[in-house]
Amino acid sequence: MRKTGISRREFGIGFGTLVAAFSLEPVASLAQVVEGAAPVSFAKNGRLDAWIRVGADGAVTIFTGKAELGQGILTALSQIAAEELDLAIEQINIISADTTRGPDEGYTYGSQSIEQSGMALRVAGAQARAVLMAAAATRLNVAVETLSVERGSVRSQDGRQVSYAEIATGDPELLRRDVSSAVRVKKAADYKIVGKSVPRIDFPQKVTGEAAFLQDMRLPGMLFGRVVRPPRAGAQLLSFEEAAVRALPGVSTVVRKGSFLGVVAAREEQAIAAMQLLREISRWTEDGPRLPRSSNLPDELRKFAKEDVVVSDTGQGDAAGIVHQWVEASYSRPYLSQAAIGPSCAVAHFADGRMTVWSHTQGAFPLRGDLAKALQLPAERVDVIHMQGSGCYGHNGADDVALDAALLAIAVEGQPVKLQWMRDDEFIWSPSSPAMAMKARAGLSADGKIVDWQYELWSNTHATRPGQPGGLNLLASWYFDEPFHVSPPLKIPQPYGNGDRNAVPLYDLPRQRIVNHLLTDMPIRTGSLRTLGGHGNIYAIECFMDELAMAAGRDPVEFRLAHLSDPRGRAVIEAAATKAGWAPNSRSDGRHGRGFAYARYKNISTFAAVVVDVDVDPSSGAVRVLKAVAAIDVGQIINPDGVISQTEGGLIQGISWALKEQIMFDERAVTSRDWADYPILTFDEAPEIEVVLIDRPNEPSIGAGEGSVGPASAALANALAHATGRRVRDLPLTSNRIYKGRIG
Amino acid sequence: MALFTLTVNGRQAQVECEGDTPLLYVLRNDLALNGPKYGCGLGQCGACTVLMEGQPIRSCITPVADVGETPVTTLEGIADGDKLHPLQTAFIEEQALQCGYCTNGMIMTAKALLDTEAYPDEASIKQALSTNLCRCGVHNRIVKAVRGAAQKMGQ
Ligand code: FES
Ligand code: FES
Repeated sequence: MRKTGISRREFGIGFGTLVAAFSLEPVASLAQVVEGAAPVSFAKNGRLDAWIRVGADGAVTIFTGKAELGQGILTALSQIAAEELDLAIEQINIISADTTRGPDEGYTYGSQSIEQSGMALRVAGAQARAVLMAAAATRLNVAVETLSVERGSVRSQDGRQVSYAEIATGDPELLRRDVSSAVRVKKAADYKIVGKSVPRIDFPQKVTGEAAFLQDMRLPGMLFGRVVRPPRAGAQLLSFEEAAVRALPGVSTVVRKGSFLGVVAAREEQAIAAMQLLREISRWTEDGPRLPRSSNLPDELRKFAKEDVVVSDTGQGDAAGIVHQWVEASYSRPYLSQAAIGPSCAVAHFADGRMTVWSHTQGAFPLRGDLAKALQLPAERVDVIHMQGSGCYGHNGADDVALDAALLAIAVEGQPVKLQWMRDDEFIWSPSSPAMAMKARAGLSADGKIVDWQYELWSNTHATRPGQPGGLNLLASWYFDEPFHVSPPLKIPQPYGNGDRNAVPLYDLPRQRIVNHLLTDMPIRTGSLRTLGGHGNIYAIECFMDELAMAAGRDPVEFRLAHLSDPRGRAVIEAAATKAGWAPNSRSDGRHGRGFAYARYKNISTFAAVVVDVDVDPSSGAVRVLKAVAAIDVGQIINPDGVISQTEGGLIQGISWALKEQIMFDERAVTSRDWADYPILTFDEAPEIEVVLIDRPNEPSIGAGEGSVGPASAALANALAHATGRRVRDLPLTSNRIYKGRIG
Repeated sequence: MALFTLTVNGRQAQVECEGDTPLLYVLRNDLALNGPKYGCGLGQCGACTVLMEGQPIRSCITPVADVGETPVTTLEGIADGDKLHPLQTAFIEEQALQCGYCTNGMIMTAKALLDTEAYPDEASIKQALSTNLCRCGVHNRIVKAVRGAAQKMGQ
């Protein structure tokens, strides 16, 4: 996925501000070495009017390849563009992730949208402003330096005005030119819109019930589809009685392609009824993998076939410090679900040999590529247009349902088909986040310093998206008569990492050995969920840091600081401790506990430190999470309230994962089908939250979506260990386990 | 198929479908309303909530035949002309959504609460919303928005 000679971390050094970087090196040469940063967005989309257009009515349209996943990216990008163009935010229209007219910026993931699209729009905005201002100067016959501009209206010193709209109408070719990086972007000190808590632009429609979601899309003549999945992964369709289904009211057609099975009907409830009947009458083979025993998941994972990758191996030749005591511990987490509130949805329309799919995918362009292959259509005849779906925290069923809908649409050529997965389709068939096992061993010196660190993890791949090489990553295509196959597990180099994301602690550990056992058996389909392996690794490392502090007789916060020289890391730790009123070496009363955790997401992104307070009922093990405090550094802040909201959401999700969540399965199939089998955190369980932001106006902006999740889980586990005096290391931290831990 | 006459947001509408059709699909597909959302179809998540005679019900498990003459209110029907309902304003003020997929259920359930209890405390709000799920994790903002709306409505 990322074949780069230089890591983003190295790239970040000397990057300083945008202006400096862009004026130092031509875009093209940067693009060759840094895939994933803004210059790449320019490399694939080198025309200015691919990013910005000015309409005759004065409305300015900006284009992004990134998609709104519920994280507020369209608002943040609009802020950046409005700022550089000296427009009000309401003068901006934004078009996102659309293969018919948008720039190709790959996927929306990894909290990179601000870094990539934000940077591109900032520079493009500055260039467009410069071009428009120069044209205004000519028109008004004055020097450009004498002009001022506000809300897209350019004014000369003698009071004459000309608007962007007038300029653009006068010369429609004006923005039809190559992007240029030789422009001056605004200084942070001059910002009026960036850095402000601008309200989300998509909320008014969402609170009034205007069409805001793909689910709300209605096209003339639209039919409804549903799919019938096998009783277990890998089973092949033997037979079904088509006539019985066709006889049901409203059914237009039944679609079978190999073992892919679906129906199309005039009304949604008719499609559901037909799907239910098909489910009952279809017969399937017994094929399919045997699933691991869920009762002993960590040991089962260690038995999977695997490829070992040494992630970090430093200081082995040096004279080791003298180990006074060794500490060792094993941790695990189960398979987790995306568990979005709305199941995945797609609308597909096949007409005149062209396929158009509306999708809430994270990667419109990569999805187009895989759809074209699966449908055996040339890519130019397939379009993917992003529309918002339910909140997206990773690789959910969006891409799969897009192919499902497309297959059904071909069968009813000319008529659009809407298909929303049922609740159990999403739980059972969307990619789950891999179960992980982690084992840590460290040597402490007599003065309580970590002198040796050894760490191993076992995990399936967290990356199986469309567009990855060596396979085709769309569910239905694996059931064709000539089936496609999922891509082989992907090795993603550090610092991004796959299962090994965040496996290398950023503490000062001169002697360390870290091994990733990348599991190659995949009995349960896995994919990307918020932070990939970062969650499991941060959870294990931060729990282990507490265990080490305890073994060394040191306070957890002080122990972390003693092993951390990064000033930004230290700053969030100190800010969280101060905000929470951390009292060093405090003892629990056997009921209340307080835990700490820290991480820098991906080792190159958000800094986050979290303090969690809990109350544990000693008689039942029932846990109440009382409060979570987080300190966050995302570099330059585009939208403070947006960062706070993302952080709050990450804390709630991290606590929910750690406390409650696990996908259930038996020997043959996933059995978590609905919310009763997969409970998530509810209102009465959500803790009070406080977030402290550390603004770094001179540091590049890094995404905020993922920073708080891992530390939240770890701080919760540490708080429970503090409260009860016993540590539960396997997630989820159910009362059952905590209670057993106490009496066992 | 049978003909049903529904009163939705103060207007009458006729729909032709089977009597066991969940109200949700009638509202979304026949009446082109977007507020109620499909989340689970099982009455577990609250995304599909609408009001029947002021009571929050889960339209995904309510057969259209059971609705009868009872007036139905959806998210689209709570504003007063152009003037948003205080809950809608408060949700924007507190930025009490992220993706917004759960928002319909939150606002409609909270409306039913505020219509019977003018100043609910935090515990009663959480109680009222205890079976409404939100995956984005904006729970605290929602509670704050409901309290804010209650205050505005009381003024
Ligand atoms: S969709 Fe009705 S309760 Fe979930
Ligand atoms: S705001 Fe996304 S589910 Fe609640």
